[in-house]
Amino acid sequence: MLMDDLPVLPVLLPLIAAPIAVLLPNGRAAGAWATLIAWLSFYLAMQLTSIVATAGTVEYAMGGWASPLGILYRVDLAGAIVMTLVAGMASVTFPYAMSSSAAEIVPSQSKAFFAMFLICFSGLMGVVATGDAFNVFVFLEISSLSTYTLVALGAKRDRRALTAAFNYLVLGTIGATFFVIGLGLLYQVTGTLNMIDIHEKVQAAEEDYGRVVRAGYAFIMTGLALKLAMFPLHRWLPNAYTFAPSSVTAFLASTSTKVAIYAMLRFLFTVFGFSFGFADVALAVFLILGLVGMFSGSLIAIFRRDVKMILAYSSVAQIGYMLLGISFATVDGVGAALVHVVNHAVMKATLFLAVGAVFFSLGSHRLSAYKGLGKTMPVTTAVIIVGGLSLIGVPLTNGFISKWALVGAAYDSVLAVPSLAIVLMIVASSLLAVAYVGRIVWAMLLEDPVPGVQAKPVPALMMVPMVLMALLCLYLGVNADGLVDLCRQAAEVLLDSGLGYGGVR
Amino acid sequence: MFELLPAEFAIIASMVVPLFGFVLVTLLDGSPNIRESVSITTGVITLFFTLTIFTAVGAGERPSVEIVQMLPGLSIAFKVEPLGALFGLIASGLWIVNTFYSIGYMRGHGAHGQTRFYMAFCVAIPAALGIAYSGNLLTFFLFYEALTLSTFSLVTHERDDAAKAGGRIYLGILMGTSIGLLLPGVVWVYALTGTTDFVAGGIMGEVFANMPLIFSIILALFAWGTAKAALMPFHPWLPNAMVAPTPVSAFLHAVAVVKAGVFGVLKVSVYTFGAANVAESGAGDVITYVAAASILIASLIAMTEDNLKARLAYSTVSQLSYITLGAMLATKYGILGGGTQIAAHALGKMTLFMCAGAVATATHKKYISQMRGLGQAMPFTFIAYIIGACSIIGIPPMAGTWPKFLLMMSSVETGDLILIGVLILSSLLNIVYLLPPAVRAFMDNPKEPVEGIQEAPAFCVVPAWFTAIGTIVLFFLMGDLIQYLQPLVEGL
Repeated sequence: MLMDDLPVLPVLLPLIAAPIAVLLPNGRAAGAWATLIAWLSFYLAMQLTSIVATAGTVEYAMGGWASPLGILYRVDLAGAIVMTLVAGMASVTFPYAMSSSAAEIVPSQSKAFFAMFLICFSGLMGVVATGDAFNVFVFLEISSLSTYTLVALGAKRDRRALTAAFNYLVLGTIGATFFVIGLGLLYQVTGTLNMIDIHEKVQAAEEDYGRVVRAGYAFIMTGLALKLAMFPLHRWLPNAYTFAPSSVTAFLASTSTKVAIYAMLRFLFTVFGFSFGFADVALAVFLILGLVGMFSGSLIAIFRRDVKMILAYSSVAQIGYMLLGISFATVDGVGAALVHVVNHAVMKATLFLAVGAVFFSLGSHRLSAYKGLGKTMPVTTAVIIVGGLSLIGVPLTNGFISKWALVGAAYDSVLAVPSLAIVLMIVASSLLAVAYVGRIVWAMLLEDPVPGVQAKPVPALMMVPMVLMALLCLYLGVNADGLVDLCRQAAEVLLDSGLGYGGVR
Repeated sequence: MFELLPAEFAIIASMVVPLFGFVLVTLLDGSPNIRESVSITTGVITLFFTLTIFTAVGAGERPSVEIVQMLPGLSIAFKVEPLGALFGLIASGLWIVNTFYSIGYMRGHGAHGQTRFYMAFCVAIPAALGIAYSGNLLTFFLFYEALTLSTFSLVTHERDDAAKAGGRIYLGILMGTSIGLLLPGVVWVYALTGTTDFVAGGIMGEVFANMPLIFSIILALFAWGTAKAALMPFHPWLPNAMVAPTPVSAFLHAVAVVKAGVFGVLKVSVYTFGAANVAESGAGDVITYVAAASILIASLIAMTEDNLKARLAYSTVSQLSYITLGAMLATKYGILGGGTQIAAHALGKMTLFMCAGAVATATHKKYISQMRGLGQAMPFTFIAYIIGACSIIGIPPMAGTWPKFLLMMSSVETGDLILIGVLILSSLLNIVYLLPPAVRAFMDNPKEPVEGIQEAPAFCVVPAWFTAIGTIVLFFLMGDLIQYLQPLVEGL
């Protein structure tokens, strides 16, 4: 039955739909088509999550070829959550893009734009769904290549999008190369590409070819770290986010780094596992770089004058939180990281969608354009405030739940750095968030509008997704029980991996 | 009449009614008289509900409401005990007095943005009540932040550069400490005990027995994290908040905001840490002495200020530390002294601020040196000022006598003779810096001719007299108040 193919359907559906989008008569039709596909994928991903949550990890052999010969798709609970997240974000950003892209993209390219969007979407879903290490590389590249194009399409409004995209392309390709070199090394010593298979063989291989395995490990981690914009490999991110079209930024910020984090988790825990001696080194590095990223990202954000840039650097900081949670290597820690993956995706999408709306109305995302926005665009202002409060972590928003989970995990974990110090650093970094969010809110509420500037009304297609995401921020902040529980379960599965290496509780 | 309604309903209603008032005030921008009537009506209805709660709690009830549960053990919930009921009553009662006063002051000054002004109060009141009635630390924290944000627009009411600079410090210190110190404290309590509920006798007894150092650190996080209590060195927000119009200073920075801070310190001392534990802990001693130092240093700074409002602000810093002192001594008399000081200082200091505002309304004079000889021209204002000052100093028959008396009893109990010395010295300093403005107003010859200067409008003077008489009434009712607060110190 169709439902048996559930693990691959959300991946294949957008991939097949992409060329069709190009054949449609105009950009609007392509947008509607892409939206339809996204909604369908979202529905399928939700089905998948509910099945995985009750019945456990789902496996699917591509074309009926059993592993290790064929390509195996393997969706665990964390994967299902991330897939739902990606599909959900696509479902809100695609309709938004129908309106926003009209002004930001050359009309003749708008069909290709939506085709690229679909390919990117498919690639991101593929990275999560697959259980084959090389397949991860393939999908990672599918999503990355389409992303470079999407970023470059921002060139209609600002030519700097081209250099940003090129920069991203060079760095992204280096990352991908590192990743594939690492895979090659592993393949050399294990003779397999299936993740579970690698896991079983890598333990034995480490005794004979310790160096090769460790080198492979380092290459893979570095490659993924580049993709997920871990400090100091984040240099591509701020420009790419700033100059990409609004809808692309919203989609990328809420999905692509999150998917890379999931891939990292998979390799860290499922492929290599705790018994692997190198894991401690990696976790220590994540801890330190996570903390440094939290501060440097927030500090730089405070001094930027471009709202998109502020939010982009804030993303670097927020990725630090996730790495921090992962570095605890406890069920609570990884669970908290997953909670933050979801929550941060929601709040950043909220903010970037709102910033896009301001850009649509006023044609600028410089902080000076936000003066007096509270009077000229009250709804958008409210949305930005909700997103901003979330970013700070104020109670009743989902950001608070993330931080609460993360801080709780920090108190419970035994680490080289005393947990109180880590908690205080998390808090100090939240204070920096107060500063950069405060600047935006200050400009919107307390400054007077620039005289003579007329704000174009925001169309419903942009307004609805934006308000929806803001409401989701609040809903996840009030009714967090389900998500936190689900992420905890997912972390348990990830750390156990059904292979008996078990996480430290 | 107050038993008609269930107290649970009154809790919700007392916070929802001002929000309705907010909507109405917003809509009535064009007609000031109706707008102010709505403000006052809202205040009276709110007062009715807080009185309902007050009487119910006095009868032994502990009404509680849970609004929403976010995670197990993590919820927004209310539960009222005597101290919260008292604070809620003071806040909503004095709001009405302040609204009358605001009418006189704002119209006397021809101030702009008056609708915005009354709107902000309608949000600040529910926030203060939320703090008073909070049933756990998270709810307390949430409303604490809401109070900071809602009062921010009042502090920066003038919208000029000075107001913005003051507002930045106000927001920076209050939010910085609450997020930087208070929140980690709250989360830590949760991580150690699995709950943040306020429970009589505290929830940290086990932590104190096993990890006294951690207990001390968390106590310090709360004492300084609740920067609305203005414990040094996190007091500068209060003098900086004086850029606000005087009704804001009178109500928020003598009653609602600062009392929310010290109320919080007192409440966590009793209901989270457990007074018996605080009394024995090392951090309790340290904070006691920091509070004692705050009392003296703030008094000394107050003496150097020529701006009357700034002087009163530093006096507030000093007086607030009395309550922190009581909470950290954590003996029976210490807690009662802190609790009664919340009420006594609110009345006394509000009188002083309203008098300062009345002088400013009538003469546009802000500096003490300019007020010489004004006493003949505006005797009612300055006599009310003297009554308020005497209450703060602690001269019978004004309410301020009792808290000082109780705190001294407490110091005797713990054998801390230095603290008795500090308290006596502080009262003497109070005389030195609080009385001269009024005394010189009557005794000195005016620097400039006072012809043409008249008494401030009745809307300014009558509220000041109302609270001034209130301090005298409270002196005689103090026995009842102490009786009312008795449940806080059961078992001590």
